[in-house]
Amino acid sequence: MHSFLRDMLLYRRFEEAAEEAYAIGKIGGFCHLHIGQEAVALGMIGPLRQEDYVLTAYRDHTQALAKGVEAGPVMAELFGRAGGSALGKGGSMHIFGADVGFMGGHGIVGSQIPLATGIGWAIRYRGGDEVCVCFLGDAAVNQGAFWESLNMAAVWKLPVIYVVENNEYGMGTAFRRVSALPVVERAGGTGVPAHAVDGQDVLASWRLMERLVADVRSGAGPQYVDARTYRFKGHSMSDPVSGTYRSKEEVEGRKREDDPITRLRDRLLDAELLTKKELEAMDGEAREVVNEAVRFAGESPPPSPEELYSHAYAEINEHGRLFLDGRDR
Amino acid sequence: MEITTTRAMANITYREALNQALAEEMDRDETVFLMGEEVAEYDGAYKVSKGLLDRFGDRRVVDTPISELGFAGLGVGAAMVGLRPVIEFMTFNFSLLALDQVINSAAKMYYMSGGQISVPIVFRGPTGAALQLSAQHSQACASWYVHAPGVKVVTPATPADAKGLLKAAIRDKDPVAVMEGELLYNVKGEVPDPEDGDFVIPLGLADLKREGEDVSIITHGPTVHIALMAAQKLEKEGIEAEVVDLRSIRPLDVDTILASVRKTNRAVMLEEGWPFAGVGSQVVSIIQDEAFDDLDAPVVRVTQADVPMPYAKNLEQLAKPSADRVVDACNRVLYRS
Ligand SMILES: Cc1ncc(C[n+]2csc(CCOP(=O)(O)OP(=O)(O)O)c2C)c(N)n1
Repeated sequence: MHSFLRDMLLYRRFEEAAEEAYAIGKIGGFCHLHIGQEAVALGMIGPLRQEDYVLTAYRDHTQALAKGVEAGPVMAELFGRAGGSALGKGGSMHIFGADVGFMGGHGIVGSQIPLATGIGWAIRYRGGDEVCVCFLGDAAVNQGAFWESLNMAAVWKLPVIYVVENNEYGMGTAFRRVSALPVVERAGGTGVPAHAVDGQDVLASWRLMERLVADVRSGAGPQYVDARTYRFKGHSMSDPVSGTYRSKEEVEGRKREDDPITRLRDRLLDAELLTKKELEAMDGEAREVVNEAVRFAGESPPPSPEELYSHAYAEINEHGRLFLDGRDR
Repeated sequence: MEITTTRAMANITYREALNQALAEEMDRDETVFLMGEEVAEYDGAYKVSKGLLDRFGDRRVVDTPISELGFAGLGVGAAMVGLRPVIEFMTFNFSLLALDQVINSAAKMYYMSGGQISVPIVFRGPTGAALQLSAQHSQACASWYVHAPGVKVVTPATPADAKGLLKAAIRDKDPVAVMEGELLYNVKGEVPDPEDGDFVIPLGLADLKREGEDVSIITHGPTVHIALMAAQKLEKEGIEAEVVDLRSIRPLDVDTILASVRKTNRAVMLEEGWPFAGVGSQVVSIIQDEAFDDLDAPVVRVTQADVPMPYAKNLEQLAKPSADRVVDACNRVLYRS
């Protein structure tokens, strides 16, 4: 349990550092923070093995860390540097760590759902016992890709667990305003078993996931999880914490009552499983890891100009021209 | 290319050639599987996958629900972890539902992952117009696909090209769209006998379907046959047209295009698709960029009319590129009319 706290503190400190770096212009583009949702990443990824797979949307930093991508390359990716996890070509929304089974953050709402289904297909095709976990936002359940994927996964009994990070909002639109049914009921009609869990309770999330992963490994077929959570920050760095679509009181209230880190911390302190001193030391360690990541990112050079064209194609054919822009390269 | 000269030939249809290519590649590589609507029990809407279910079983020849976005994305996901999916679209018209996965996932994955994750997938099926299928079933889709860096596109016009290019596409490490001509499935042609060894046509090699000194007709896909008809008509008037079949649009065999233009000094670009931002606009741009001084006349394009395909037979004929329109275009660049 100490390790749960340590990991979640790392995620929180990492995102806070990203927020700071964004504010001073070290990070560009879109940047979506995961603050408030840490227990979902840890609880749902923790029970996996390294050879299992994870895919998610653009709110992907902490999932990447949870799956084992190093903090330094993730931060360097946010900085757009050569040392980044995708050599600076992906940025915040596209963290990848194929060697540890982190198959990317994806920017089109819902587009990762069929990809995860395909990874599940490949696992079954090869007869392996790996599991693929697909994170999606609540807004993504309204995409056709969601329903198409769950239907196919159910037909072919694919080893995929679809986890909805149900933070109640898609950008500025409350889920309840645009959905005919609650999240947990949206797998209805596909026959994929649905489970709801308190996503702010890392132990509950972990326990549920442990069970589901074991079931899926032994051939139970796809599963669907409504992980109830809340984001404490705006949709992205350009969106204020509260605003036209949710009130300050609502956000403050949830932060007070529903912070997954505070909840675990208090539980451990109350049960005297943790001392204040240990807690401070733990937080200090997290900060040190993050400081080191920021240092690594800052010292990493920008990608060299030759990298503009590299990796557009995996195979450069011997004949013909692949690039038709008439530039020298 | 000498690939075909020393070999024994079989006279088979375009459909059979594609079927052979699929069977041979599935035989050769266990990671290749075929997925799409009606590909298994029905033998394929156009019967390209005939007999493959019996031969390879339902693990590798898979009927899907009508979920183009879903199963195209499933294929991309499977390719991300090392399988080589061949995704059949019943026709490329329906692949518009799946374009998000083709363009936003398949085409960009290798780049945005910094080279960590490649996507060796083939999207294939018929494209273009058949007969009186009207607006939603008669689109030449190549320009949508070639627009995105990260995708490769081939458009075989003959059975031999169909076989050789599909095999190369399956072996390629990148996403390749193999766009088959809906009206070509019954076309017969010489294809090297499988007994005679592996027949693969590398991507990026255009083919001179006819040699000539007077004008270059540059084309690809089903309109190659229209170009050949036009060349025959021109021959009667004493004009020798060269027919350059691009075969592969990305990679594009620019050298062959330029060599032909430098020889004839006149070019007509013929394609089945619409003119606006079409494949031809790119080809013409390259010619003016790199062979302007070799041109004796502006390049003329022949395309489908810039309207949705009409149903009425007479209007449909008017809308499609025809041999007569190609002849007219050649006469224009030859200043003969
Ligand atoms: C197909 C598509 N439409 C719209 C967008 C713009 N967009 C980005 S995030 C977002 C909200 C998604 O919310 P949700 O899936 O609940 O995830 P969350 O941001 O809450 O984690 C929208 C509309 C997009 N990226 N992709």
